[in-house]
Amino acid sequence: MAVSILHRATGVALTFAGLGLLTWWLVALSTGPEAYETFTTAAKHPLGIVVLVGLTWSFFQHLLSGIRHLIMDSGQGFELGVNKTLAILTVVGSVLLTFALWFTLLGVAK
Amino acid sequence: MTRGDSASPLGQVRGLGSAHHGGEHWLTERVTSIALLLLGVWLIASLLLLPSLDQRTVVEWLRAPSGAVPMALLIIIGFRHALDGIKVVVDDYVHEEGNRFFWNTLLLFLAVGGAALALFALARIAFGAAA
Repeated sequence: MAVSILHRATGVALTFAGLGLLTWWLVALSTGPEAYETFTTAAKHPLGIVVLVGLTWSFFQHLLSGIRHLIMDSGQGFELGVNKTLAILTVVGSVLLTFALWFTLLGVAK
Repeated sequence: MTRGDSASPLGQVRGLGSAHHGGEHWLTERVTSIALLLLGVWLIASLLLLPSLDQRTVVEWLRAPSGAVPMALLIIIGFRHALDGIKVVVDDYVHEEGNRFFWNTLLLFLAVGGAALALFALARIAFGAAA
């Protein structure tokens, strides 16, 4: 249940914030160094970092629960135990992947 | 509403579901999800592998076909998948037919407009008009 609504919530976040930022990033890149500077200043702001970390977590969560949905579409994984384990794994996986990505990006673990 | 037993299997599912689009929308959503899995991993891996994320480096990456082509696919398929997904949310929560038409049309315009803007920016970069 909870993971199912997370799939929807992260999908909505990726649609508006994710595609919005992707478009802004491309427009800024194509406009020139100053426009790109505006984008990176916003991205490096603490609030910007929060949004970007949230978006990368949303991406991984949506990706993993999407795979879970594909497994269930094939008619597998409906047993209570298996179903619950898969649901928990999507959350554990998305948090781990988010940490791994940001540790790499920020050079914490090299 | 029931349909006669004489309908073919395809005829039995056409137009079904809360969006009245049968199985096509459902299948498209899943096919685009697999494409986006690959393209999403490609984007993250590419950004991690770039020596720096300054404007010059990123523009140079998107000027090469190996950067521009997957990015164009990511834009087109990403907006398509987002529109398909949001449509499910609208069809689930907006019950009045007129309101549903309003929201679905507004979101369609936003998605097509957003995709066009992103593709134009990418074309400007890829064809070398970007500063």
